[in-house]
Amino acid sequence: MNNCEALIIGGSAGSLDVLLKVLPKLRADLPFPIIIVIHRKHGADSLLPELLTGRTPLLVKEAEEKELIRPGTIYIAPSDYHLLIEQDRTFSLDSSEKINYSRPSIDVTYQTAAEVYQSKLVCMLLSGSNADGVNGLKTVKAYRGMAIIQDPSDAQVPYMPAQAAKNVAIDASLKIEDTAKFVNLLS
Amino acid sequence: MLLADLLERYGYDFTGYSRASIKRRITRLYSLDKALSFAEFRFKIANDPIYFKRFVEQITVNVTEMFRDPTFFKALRNEVMPQLGTYPLIRIWIAGCSTGEEAYSIAILLQEMNLLHKSLVYATDLNPAVLEKAAQGMFGLSQMKQYSENYILSGGSKDFSSYYTAKYSLAKFNDDLRTKIIFSTHNLVSDHSFNEFQLILCRNVLIYFDRDLQHKVLSLFDESLEELGYLALGSKETLEFSPLAKKYKRLPHEKIWRKGN
Repeated sequence: MNNCEALIIGGSAGSLDVLLKVLPKLRADLPFPIIIVIHRKHGADSLLPELLTGRTPLLVKEAEEKELIRPGTIYIAPSDYHLLIEQDRTFSLDSSEKINYSRPSIDVTYQTAAEVYQSKLVCMLLSGSNADGVNGLKTVKAYRGMAIIQDPSDAQVPYMPAQAAKNVAIDASLKIEDTAKFVNLLS
Repeated sequence: MLLADLLERYGYDFTGYSRASIKRRITRLYSLDKALSFAEFRFKIANDPIYFKRFVEQITVNVTEMFRDPTFFKALRNEVMPQLGTYPLIRIWIAGCSTGEEAYSIAILLQEMNLLHKSLVYATDLNPAVLEKAAQGMFGLSQMKQYSENYILSGGSKDFSSYYTAKYSLAKFNDDLRTKIIFSTHNLVSDHSFNEFQLILCRNVLIYFDRDLQHKVLSLFDESLEELGYLALGSKETLEFSPLAKKYKRLPHEKIWRKGN
């Protein structure tokens, strides 16, 4: 894909391991931002950015409300808030009802991002045990963005990417070892 | 377009709200209520005051809990309340109180520190329906396990269940907690300052506003806060980008700022 303006990675149970394997292999000059929405227990808040910092050449930080989204940066959705993308390419936070028993919900970020980035959005759904993200991928496809999943046979918990494969016209299904290469080739 | 109707017809101004968030709330209600068309939906909101009430109830976010973010309440208990205790009358404003969980949490804190008798807690929201619920002081019994855990983590040492009586699926909080709370409508977007306070809490409200409206509301709080008073915001909100920041000093670790003198 050309002109990728954002990559959004969603995941739940079993997805942290994928991030720890993939993020270190990303090139330092990625021309787009990566936004990560991972389900986790409320309170485990600042741990994820800390865990990922230093393992990748890219800047890792928690997404802050009204913050301008910049290329070459990895943003992590804070726990207990939905993360939304605004037309002016800033973040909004929202503490409304859980969606798919989840806050942050992957669907919310995918859907609001699809309206902003449209065909220049790539969304990737990793390992997980519920179907959050599947409806979001449908919206991404409706706006002609790209929907990618972790190959379910390669996922610790295959349910989430398998549900996406069943319900959405997926553009690619990737094994962990091929994922970094795929992302590095997006431009 | 819809937002312009609301301002003209009812005087509710949602134009300074963060767009993606309010759009998602409106779309959610639109599909929830299965309106036939957007035109019909818009007409109903503009011409049916009862439906308008539902609209406001549904598009504003009313998710809250008791002792939410326990470390925040711990800081209130250990650092803020002892300072407030030195005043003959303590005035607290909870702006955007929703269904009242935070107001009752504050009342419990004040009671445990033997300050409730000389306190007044103004709890306000733009939405009359949630205030009616707040005034009843009844919350889901199924929530109590979580609230009790929050309470203990915040430094509470009593039996949390001593603060309420179970009635079917509800927990009715003791009336003595309610005596010093005044529930009232107040719209942060359009209404003015109405008193001076030593503590203002406004948590998880500013995230729904754009920067201009955030600045406006923070100025309103600044006007309503006494010197050396405290301003408490939500865990992802900040005073940092406001020109007011230089007048305030932040407490370590929590989103609590103290006004200088």
